[in-house]
This record gives sequence, structure tokens and C-alpha cells, in this order.
Amino acid sequence: MSLPSATSTAPTAAASPPSGDEARPSRRGSVVMAVLTAVGLLSFVLLASGGTSTLSLSSSRDVVSLPDLVLPSRWASAVLLVVCAALTGLAAARTAAGRRTPRWVVPVFGAVFVLAFLVWVVAGARVSLVSLLGGTLLLGAPLVFGAMAGVVSERSGVVNIAIEGQLLLGAFAAAVVASLSGTAYLGLVAAPVGGMLIGLLLAVFTVRYLVNQIIVGVVLNVFAIGLTSFLYSTVLSDNAGWNSPTGLPQLPIPVLSSIPVVGPVLFAQNLLVYLMYALVAGLHVALFRTRWGLRLRAVGEHPKAADTVGIPVARTRFRAVVLGGAIAGLGGASFTLGASAAGLAFNREMTAGSGYIALAAMIFGRWSPLGALGAALLFGFASNLQNVLSVIGTPIPSQFLLMAPYLATIFAVAGLVGRVRGPAAAGVPYEK
Amino acid sequence: MSAQRAEADAERPDQQSPPAGREPGRVGSTLAAVRDGSGLLSLLAVVLALVLGAVLIAVADPRVQETVTYLTARPSDFLGAVGSAVGGAYTALLQGAVLDWTASTPARVVRPITETLTVATPLIAAGLGVALSFRAGLFNIGAQGQIILGAVLAGWVGFALELPVGLHLLLALVGGVLGGALWGGIAGGLKARTGAHEVIVTIMLNYVALRLVEFLLTLGAFQREGQANPISPPVAGSAQLPQLLGTGFRLHAGLLLVLLAAAGVWWLLERSTTGFGLRAVGANPAAARTAGISVPRSYVTVMLLSGGLAGLAGAVHLLGTEDSLTAGIAGSFGFDAITVALLGRSRPGGVVLAGLLFGALQAGGVSMQARTGTPIDIVLVVQSLIVLFIAAPPLVRAVFRLRDPQARGARA
Repeated sequence: MSLPSATSTAPTAAASPPSGDEARPSRRGSVVMAVLTAVGLLSFVLLASGGTSTLSLSSSRDVVSLPDLVLPSRWASAVLLVVCAALTGLAAARTAAGRRTPRWVVPVFGAVFVLAFLVWVVAGARVSLVSLLGGTLLLGAPLVFGAMAGVVSERSGVVNIAIEGQLLLGAFAAAVVASLSGTAYLGLVAAPVGGMLIGLLLAVFTVRYLVNQIIVGVVLNVFAIGLTSFLYSTVLSDNAGWNSPTGLPQLPIPVLSSIPVVGPVLFAQNLLVYLMYALVAGLHVALFRTRWGLRLRAVGEHPKAADTVGIPVARTRFRAVVLGGAIAGLGGASFTLGASAAGLAFNREMTAGSGYIALAAMIFGRWSPLGALGAALLFGFASNLQNVLSVIGTPIPSQFLLMAPYLATIFAVAGLVGRVRGPAAAGVPYEK
Repeated sequence: MSAQRAEADAERPDQQSPPAGREPGRVGSTLAAVRDGSGLLSLLAVVLALVLGAVLIAVADPRVQETVTYLTARPSDFLGAVGSAVGGAYTALLQGAVLDWTASTPARVVRPITETLTVATPLIAAGLGVALSFRAGLFNIGAQGQIILGAVLAGWVGFALELPVGLHLLLALVGGVLGGALWGGIAGGLKARTGAHEVIVTIMLNYVALRLVEFLLTLGAFQREGQANPISPPVAGSAQLPQLLGTGFRLHAGLLLVLLAAAGVWWLLERSTTGFGLRAVGANPAAARTAGISVPRSYVTVMLLSGGLAGLAGAVHLLGTEDSLTAGIAGSFGFDAITVALLGRSRPGGVVLAGLLFGALQAGGVSMQARTGTPIDIVLVVQSLIVLFIAAPPLVRAVFRLRDPQARGARA
């Protein structure tokens, strides 16, 4: 077969002219920030209709109730964009001096810019900040799990395009087991097993049989869609009791959940979201601070060197891919069990491309758990904001908001906001 | 980075076909494929996938589930139930895909095969595009988005402009090809200019294209009058592809165009200088660069062509089969095209055959679902299994206990 062989999802510099990216910090980052700031000034401030944006900070159930935050839209956006401009100036100055821009600048710029956008977009309406952020976490959860699955797998050198299939099978397994057992928590146990099945297939074909990783990933997604849709329209529709799961109940953490704004957003969620916190934190530490993580990254960066010092490359990769499958499978449970306390029946193709957004979040987060968390939550925020705006009406078509994560990812991989570089050996099969 | 890439290429275990440089021509390579058993392996892969599909059909069948409870008492009941479930489904699949020998009129007897050809038409076109990118070492996962863009432009020319008969169709087709080429070209350009990986960019562009067409269908220029659903006005008659077998059949002249495109791709790859350059870049970018071939330019060229072929798929599907633009115009053609290209081993002839097989599975799946109630999703399972097995010959050999013709002691 004449197929491309070196297929890392990381951008390869093979095709680009020698631009000396490594030698001096790129100016592109500050240029993009400047353009965004200018676009923001033009649309959020000069062309804004004015009026006030009302952000409510607490719901009626809260112990401590805060007053609504009423902002004059135009001025609030202006102030936030001035902050953006200052950050851009800082980045430009550092670049001009030939030094690296501090790492926090781009994320902070992004957060402030999104806030300015939010103030503009909700002008003349009242939006609950708590439900906006809480919903972000709910919609972002499968993306976070999926992105973590991608991080584990790709750090070991196996490109995981099959996140979508792993999420889907996780959602399926969770729904069926939760329905049959009547306990949502048993569904939570089954979900990783479902995802692991796809992970196992991915591992067998890529690590054992050295089949191109992207091919296997794409095909496994088709396989997962076909399998779950087939079983959905046969077994699940023949037996009504097989697909009526109960959802995970909310478990407010006693003291923390009564903190205004932060409490209801972060600490009044279900078990799956708490597991997500633990997973991201644990994975970040494990990947960068433990022997396991060092070995995993070594295998992903330079398998030959890892092999030479006695790290079993194939076994490490195999386990990482299967582990990734389990993580994504657990994330799949958020579609059926985590989405609402009542639980949601499994539906054909219910993940609807989340696996690919998770992949994008992983790249956007530069293959690090914390970065991927931030990116996944940003994408979750975009889709939740779209839901909210479809109710209150919006100045921009909802389709463009839904497009945003994908465009952002294209910008990221094209190096317009600082080059992203993944594990060097990702996509390359290793043979002794 | 480039050195690493070249190294990776060198380390790649030699797969089925001989290296491009030593290719002994088309007939010769087919013979070699048969001798090495890759033709046989493809057949066995299809058989294996169908067997696994049969297992799934049997497991999901209520009668089978019922009879398995008294399997030891009366195994014949169980076997009969399995036989009728699987046999019924696959017979219906065959009747829906090739010839319906139970039908009453001759037209109805042959209609299934024309349906297969109709479904295969866009699959082949998009599959050619994907295969072309594979040959140049790129993974174009974005056929889906390119099909959408092709359909959008072809459709817009088709329903918004008023032109004379021949010219209108021609312009609509050209529009479709350009739309796809534009979408593919973005990925190619970014790859050439910045090194952005085409897999990620094309996946993302698929979703951008979907949102874009959804947005366009909300605009007055694309919305059919008096319709609340997002659907465009129908394409004018002057821009529709002529029907090949009259109005009783859906088969249209797009098939001929697509076969012509397959011949063109074959000529491009095997006989033209451009094609040689593309294959050289696909085989070893570092060596190609050393030989004076511009790798970035090749990337842009191949993505333009690849996207253009996917755009052609969208255009012929719209102008020949669908008549009006919807958000779901591309169906799952774009993703199926990847599997078609893989099954066809990235060769134009192989892609045509693979497209026909998948077209048959799709068309047969529809009739199977209607006749026996077996969901068409089984076709997705069978298709994906076929590609998995084809991609992993050692697995198929292990299942059928075949010897590896390449294991001549050289490789452990």
C-alpha cells in the first residue's frame, strides 16, 4: 500500500521553509493578538449598540446571594480590551527584545478577550453567570476526558483519532449497564470498559500490527458508530428496559459549594465531574513528575533511545493506548449519565463529533493535561454560550460560534498563536 | 525534523506493494499482487468482515436469542434461526445491490445494480481524491468538507444563475470542483507554508464546512421560498446531469464523468511528470527535495486536486441525484471515501472497484433494512472491518492460517 508513513499530528517542519522558529521567538503571536484586539475594539466598542449587560451572580437557592452585576456594555468591553492591548504590548515588547513571552500572557489574553466578547454579546439581556459556567463544565466534561485520553496516548507515540469511538462506546456501555442494574454508578464502572474495547483494538492494530495509526483511528470511529447504531436499533429498541438509565445525582460538597459563584459552579456537580478534577490533576503530576510519566514521554519522543535504556516501547505504548481508551470511555458516560440528573437514553451518534473537538483541545492545550483542560473548557464554554444565546438572541449567527473551536485549532496548528509541537514520535510505528 | 521523517520512511516495514520506483507497470503489479496474495487477502478480508457482520446480525435477532435458551435441547432450532436471520439479511442485501430476481418486471430486476452505480458515483470521485493525497504522502481526512463546499458552489450556480443548457451544467460542475479545491487548498497551503498537519486541519475544516452550509441555508440567497426547513431551491433543469437510463432509474451521467476522472488520475499518477513528482514526495520527501522537486508546491498541488475531486463528488451528487442543497448533502460520503481509498490501495482502478463494492453495500443495506428490518448500520460495521483487516494482513493470515510470502528469513 502506498500510504503516508510519518504521520504525527504534530506539525512537521518538513515542508516549511527554514524560518528559524527555534532561534528567535515568533512575532506572529503578538500580531494575532493585536488583530484580535483591533477587531474587538471595532465590533464590541465602536459598532456596539450600547445598553447594559446584566450578569447575575447567584441563583435563588444560594445561601449568600450577590446582587446582579450590571455593566454598561460598551465601557466594560472597552476597559477589558485596554487590558488586551496592554498584554499585546507586553508580548510585542518581549519579542522585540528577543525574549520569550511569559507563558501566562496568551491564556490571560484569551480569558479577558472572551469576557469582553461576552459582555458585548449579552448586551441588553440578563445572563446567569453561574449557569453559564456550570453548563460549561457539564458540556466540557466529555471534551476534557477525551483530551486526556489523547494526551496519554499521544505522549506515548500513538495518535488517537479514535477518541470519538471511545466516547461513543463509553456512552453506550454506561447507558446499558446503568439501565439494567438500575444504578448510575455501575454505569460509571462500565463506561471505561466500553472505551477500553476501542482502545484495545487501536493498540492491537497500531502497536502489534504496525498499521497506520490515523487509518485505524478513523476506521475505528466508523466501527463504533456502526456497532452502537446497530445495537441501538435492534437490541435496545427491542428491550425497552435496556436504555432508560438514571443519571448521576448532584453531590454538593458541604462547605465549598456555598462559596458564591465558584461554589455552585465547581462544587455542586456530580461524581463524574469530581473524577475529572482528580484525573486532570493526577495525570499532570503523573506525566511530568513520576517515573511512569518520564518513561511514557521518552517512548513518545524518541522510542529508539527509550528502547536502548531498557524501556519496553511496545508494552508502554500498548498500555498507554488502552488506558487512554478507558479514560475516554469514562468521559462517554457524561453523555448518558452526567448530562442531567435524570439521565439520558443512548441515541445513535450521540457524541456528534465531540471526540474530534477533544482532539483539537488536546492540540490547543499543547499535549499537556492542564492546557488541554483549559482548551476543552473553552470549547465547552463556546457551545454552552451558543445554547444560551439561542434563547436570548445574538448579534452573530450561532453557526459562527460553533465554528470557533475548529477555527481556533486551525490557527493553533498553523502556528499563528505560537507554534504547537507534539511528541516527536507520535504517529510513527516502532519496530525493533 | 525532515531527517526524522525520512528516517521514519526508511524504517517503515515494507507493506504490500513494491516500492514505487520498481513498479513493473499496471498489469505487472496486478500480477505481483495476486502472486503475493494481496488480492486473495483482500477477498479473505471481505469474507471475514461479512462473517463477523453475520455474528452481529444473529446476536441481535430476537428468534436467535429465544432459541439459544434451549440450545442443548434442540440445537436445530437455534441453527435454523441463525440461518434465517443471517441468510435473510444477506440475501436482501444482495437483492438490493445487484439483481432482484424476485421482482416482477425486468426494470425492477435490474434496478438494484443501477442504484449501486448511483451510490458508487460520488464515493468513487471522493475516493479518488483521498487516494491521490495518500499517494503524495498526505492524509486528506477532509473529503467531507470538500464535498460540502463542492455541492454549495455547484448548487448555487445551478439554482441562482440562468444560463444556456450545456454551459449551465458545465459551469455548475466547474464551480463544484473549484469549491472542493478551495477547501482542500487551504489545508495544502497551510501545510506548505507553516507545516500545519493536514489531518488536523482537514478534520477541523469538515466541521467549519458543515457550520458554513448551515449558515448559508439561513440566508435568503440559499433558502427555498415558502420553506421553513433549511433547503435550497431545486437546481434548474439546464444544470442537472442527464439521466442515463430514463426516468425510472436514478443513474445519471455523473458516473461517466467520475470514470473519466479515474482515468485522468491514473494518467496523472502513472504517466505525467507532475504525478511522478507527487509520488516521489509521497515516497520520500527528503529525497524528492534533493532531486529538485518542490515539496511545498507538491503539497499545495495535491491538496487542490484532491479537494477538487471531492468537490466533483459533491457536484455530481447534487446535480445528478439530490437536486437541492441541504446541510446533510454530503451524507457520510467523505468518511466512506477514506475507506474506499484504503480498500482500493490508493490506485485509481482499485478505488473504482472499492467504490462499487461500498456502493453495493450501501444500496443493498437500504433494501435490507426495508425488507428484513436489519438496520443499515451493519454496513458500517462490515465496511470498517474490511478496511481494518486489509490494513493488517498478518491478522488475516493468522485467521486463515496462511503463510507469509514475504517471510523469507530476512525479517524476524
